[in-house]
Amino acid sequence: MKVVGKPLPKVDASAKVTGRAIYADDMLPPRTLHCRILRSPHPHARILSIDTSAARRIPGVLAVITGADLPVKFGILPVTQDERALEHEKVRYVGDPIAAVAATDEEIAAAACDAIAVEYDVLEPVMSIDAALREPKDERIQDYGGPNNIHKLVALEFGDVEGGFAHAETIREDVFFYQGNTHLPMEQHSAIATYLDGKVTLWSSTQVVHYVHRALSKVLELPMNRIRVIGAAHGGGFGGKTDPFAHEIIVCKLAMLTGRPVKCTLTREEVFYAHRGRHPVLMWVRTGVAKDGRITAMHFRTALDGGAYGSYGVASTFYTGALQTVTYDIPAYRFEGCRVFTNKPPCGPKRGHGTPQPRFALELHLEKIARDLGLDPVELKRRNFVQPNTRTVNWLRVTSCGLDECVDRVMQASGYATREKRIGHGMGFAVSTYLSGAGTAIYWNDMPHSEVQIKVDRGGVTAYCGAMDIGQGSDSVLATIVAEELGLQPADVRLVTADTDTTPIDLGSYSSRVTFMAGNAAVEAARKMRAMLVEATAAKMGCEASAVEVGDGRIGDFSFEEASVLAEARFGTLTSAGSYTPPRIAGPYKGSGVGPSPAYSYSACVVDLDADERTGLVSVNKIWIAHDVGRAINPLLVEGQVEGSVYMGLGEALMEEQTFRKGLHKWPSMLEYKSPTFLDMPEVQTFIVETVDPEGPYGAKEAGQGPLLPVPPALCSAVYDALGVWIDEIPVTPEKVLEALRRKSKGEPARYGPPMFPPIPYPPPIKVEPPPKDLDHASAAAI
Amino acid sequence: MKNETLRPVDRQVIALEVNGERTEMLLPVHKTLLEVLREDMGLTGTKHGCELGECGTCTVLVGGKPELSCLVLPIQVQGQAVTTVEGMAHGSQLHPLQQAFAELGAAQCGYCTPGILLAAKSLVETNPAPTRDEIREALAGNLCRCTGYSKILDAVSLAASRMG
Repeated sequence: MKVVGKPLPKVDASAKVTGRAIYADDMLPPRTLHCRILRSPHPHARILSIDTSAARRIPGVLAVITGADLPVKFGILPVTQDERALEHEKVRYVGDPIAAVAATDEEIAAAACDAIAVEYDVLEPVMSIDAALREPKDERIQDYGGPNNIHKLVALEFGDVEGGFAHAETIREDVFFYQGNTHLPMEQHSAIATYLDGKVTLWSSTQVVHYVHRALSKVLELPMNRIRVIGAAHGGGFGGKTDPFAHEIIVCKLAMLTGRPVKCTLTREEVFYAHRGRHPVLMWVRTGVAKDGRITAMHFRTALDGGAYGSYGVASTFYTGALQTVTYDIPAYRFEGCRVFTNKPPCGPKRGHGTPQPRFALELHLEKIARDLGLDPVELKRRNFVQPNTRTVNWLRVTSCGLDECVDRVMQASGYATREKRIGHGMGFAVSTYLSGAGTAIYWNDMPHSEVQIKVDRGGVTAYCGAMDIGQGSDSVLATIVAEELGLQPADVRLVTADTDTTPIDLGSYSSRVTFMAGNAAVEAARKMRAMLVEATAAKMGCEASAVEVGDGRIGDFSFEEASVLAEARFGTLTSAGSYTPPRIAGPYKGSGVGPSPAYSYSACVVDLDADERTGLVSVNKIWIAHDVGRAINPLLVEGQVEGSVYMGLGEALMEEQTFRKGLHKWPSMLEYKSPTFLDMPEVQTFIVETVDPEGPYGAKEAGQGPLLPVPPALCSAVYDALGVWIDEIPVTPEKVLEALRRKSKGEPARYGPPMFPPIPYPPPIKVEPPPKDLDHASAAAI
Repeated sequence: MKNETLRPVDRQVIALEVNGERTEMLLPVHKTLLEVLREDMGLTGTKHGCELGECGTCTVLVGGKPELSCLVLPIQVQGQAVTTVEGMAHGSQLHPLQQAFAELGAAQCGYCTPGILLAAKSLVETNPAPTRDEIREALAGNLCRCTGYSKILDAVSLAASRMG
């Protein structure tokens, strides 16, 4: 291959390093109005009245809207359409939007918000999982779900769990807590809308133009063909810009009312309240193992603190139970999950969506089991690894799997097995897995998940795709694939992406799906185009198509430009299209839509740290990470995704916390919300492992999320190695380390973590038979 | 979450020299250098992340030294040379730092990149061969959420070695 596998610069690198990339807030068309949003100061209250008359009288105010102007509810999942762009009946968290103003400048808009009078009947807020499980003092937060403030309960059982525990040599139970944290993108959310000829155009900092398009159509009550959504240059998402947001709908409505462009950029404080980040999750896990360390059965319970609305929460809940089986061969598995509503900003997807929390619990739990049995934790985990080309007990299809090689690489490089044993120094180890794209769409449909069109005209190549480059480099991946197939360089390919008017659909940058899905669509489109160019060239050369070589800007005896003229003369306008639909591999049970992916990535990680007995401070010296990406289409970009994931995992493990006091965020600023700086970040050594997946484009799998997952448990494992105390709750703050050391010194369990898991009224589990052993071979034969 | 209250605006004519170009503008005296660069001068390469001086995203150079433009009033920088990311390249030729950031993938979403490039420019101009720890120290006030910082350290080292 000529360009696939090469560490080439990103196609948008020059725009990014010169400041010429245009982000949503950089746009300021003539006559733009500025929008500010009035938000609730109460975590839970009924709205009795909203008086906007004084705001409307302020010179420079052109429009004021409330919930009465946008009454239609929306939400990312079809089952939880529970949000309004502006609430006029009830507010459910501090920051819930109530009214919006469009004015000639931002200060006037802000003053107009202050002039809006809202009367509230303040209700008792529900601020914790425990409180949400109890009967509410005043009223429930949402009018669906239940009992009390429970949003969703799920219970699934695969295989003979009772029998598995009966055959176990040892059974162990543990409880863990993973604190919530937020994405903290450097760019605040921003959106700008115009309205002309009955058509709305929105430029937004979003990860998914298609889902915004759908929500706008529903709430504005306009057909989708009257709405155009364009992804502006993107200043960081990490899952935080995957929901449709109130401000995106509001600026469209205000543009429709005023006939002028309207822009809304959230303040940094508003970004903390917009959230949709990592769910705080309390977890209980019980596992039976045989004498040799093989798992005989596992029972996993989760309780997610969801915040005030549904968001992606139902999916998040299933994800806390889905992927345990994709690293370890668990013959019998029971999962019970619960998401509750609380009066806090809604949680949703953050890098790893619903899986870093159970991964944290699972890795530490297995390590404790190994120590109970006197086995090496690395060896115990290895004995239970899944094998390639298998089905898990919950029907997930594993194709390529580089777990063993990942472990070998980090073990060898870090010297984990021969590490120096002294108090205050430790090394820890963990593995993980993640999806290469969700196998099912957010809303049920039979259409492809990604589509690519290619146009060739006088030697110029343009590829069109709805995928949104959020900085991960998806545009570069598309250009690389098209260039590879057509014998060009990525810089030769023009891209039109993330524009609902001009590009065919892609479901967006979430669930690590773009390289795999848009990549496969691009391969198909480019191969069709290549076939036309080759056929026309072969006719001119008087040879078989198979004799025409493609590469280095040439097709057979002709330059690419000459070949494109020959092909256009032969076929007319040169266009081609490709699409990708994931295989239908979900199991035959309700809830099986969350978890399946056409391929899974694998990671292994070792953390080396010093932990100070006197201060409780943890200082990470180095991290080794190996990631099975299938095939690195651009190793430079893969390394960037792996290193960025490790960084974000380290932030979650050591310092990042989204927590609240009396409904208010404790630290809604970039100084107080601690995240790792240049000085906190250790050296990271990255190993790319290539297993060449049979379904990935050129064998590629995901890289952007999976490598985050092993970092928090590897860090806690290293803290135990250094000080002999378990920190079963992240972030690992000095206070927690010191408290665990104090307990250890008093002869109590040497542990800091949640004492127990609360009683939750899970329903009886849906019992699912494991898949037949030859399932995938049988279906392949049928085709 | 309380918004600001509207107040009468004082304006003053202010002379600025940005990227070697001199301009006089009538500006509200409370408007920050960040806002003036972006809204009045069209220099949107300078980004904003917090507008409280916490994230380093809006870093520009004033007299060659990094300053947070969200905390600076234009009146404070009259008579001093201001450099933004738009002033780094020589014509269409990228500055060695920009070139190295592009080559090594040091810009992912690219939003923090202008501020980091300018802070790095100030560093390599005063310390032509910075160690990795010196680069970390110089850039400690600039947050990046994408890269994990590794590629940025590599790029600054590479650019410094090429410039030296």
